[in-house]
Amino acid sequence: MRYIIQFAIILAICVIGDLLHDYLHLPIPGNVLGMVLLLILLLTGVIKLTMIEDVSNFMLKHLSFFFIPAAVGLITCFTILEGKWTALMFISVVSTFIIAVVTGMTVQILMKRRQSVE
Amino acid sequence: MSELISQFLQSPVFGIGISLLTFYAGGLLYKKTGSPLMNPLVLSMVMIIALLLSFHISFEDYNRGGQFISFFLGPATVILAVPLYKKISLLKENVFPILAGIIVGSAAGIVSIIVMCKMFGLDELVSISMIPKSVTTPIGIEISNQLGGLPSITVAAIVFTGIAGVLLGPAVCKLFRIDDKVAVGVAIGTSSHALGTTKAVELGETEGAMSGLAIGIAGLVTVFLAPLLAKLLM
Repeated sequence: MRYIIQFAIILAICVIGDLLHDYLHLPIPGNVLGMVLLLILLLTGVIKLTMIEDVSNFMLKHLSFFFIPAAVGLITCFTILEGKWTALMFISVVSTFIIAVVTGMTVQILMKRRQSVE
Repeated sequence: MSELISQFLQSPVFGIGISLLTFYAGGLLYKKTGSPLMNPLVLSMVMIIALLLSFHISFEDYNRGGQFISFFLGPATVILAVPLYKKISLLKENVFPILAGIIVGSAAGIVSIIVMCKMFGLDELVSISMIPKSVTTPIGIEISNQLGGLPSITVAAIVFTGIAGVLLGPAVCKLFRIDDKVAVGVAIGTSSHALGTTKAVELGETEGAMSGLAIGIAGLVTVFLAPLLAKLLM
């Protein structure tokens, strides 16, 4: 029963996020708005962590499972990308590499600099 | 017999069952080898695609069950607020470094994508579709549409990016001595969205929280940066 209520709360937030997206015509998808909304509700104490914690922990633990169909969807792009696979993969991998390094280094350097100033 | 099989393929049980089975098998392999290359999600994807191709089963047949799993992507994104909430003080303390990192990283990513697309001589349609490949799927599709790209190519690139992040993210951070947990999390989330975040969550609570946070911010930053940089550089 507890799990059902917890999941219902999470679903309700999802729905509100989607509604916000539809009615406010924001370029931000509903699920990201839902994430921001849940954060606000948690911070303001409207929702207590214990009200959603069990279901959240379960889903976070098995997060990657929910991405399987999206990943398998790759199969539908096979014809469009004929002959472009190597380029696509190369660019995807290398740019991921670049973003991770640039982002991580920037965060780390700025954090260290501030700590040394203090 | 063949009728029974085709009936089974028409039912959602097929898609859900094969996803559970391959993910479980992938999990076992991952546990046994301990190698990051044996990622359960990647193994499951490869097994399912191989199965669909070799038995000429359409994606639609698979997705009759798959869509029920995809449904949970919404709630799965929403609950990323939970680790973030638990680590909110870390975010407050480091707002500036985190924001700066995400903006600089996203910009570097877009520039590098445009440059590499030119190097490979890809046509404009494909190049434009590649630009939003590091953000979460729903935002990526939105940006791709706005730029006049082809969302299915964007989705393909997003999936590759995510897989690259899952497989390489932690190793890249180690290689470049990015060892601060906040920096690692932000780096993984910015470079490889929610898929990479699944890996960050495994690394630890701080990494997971920062990675989840970076998905949203990187998405927003890219919404604004992508059209700007595309106009400048294409």
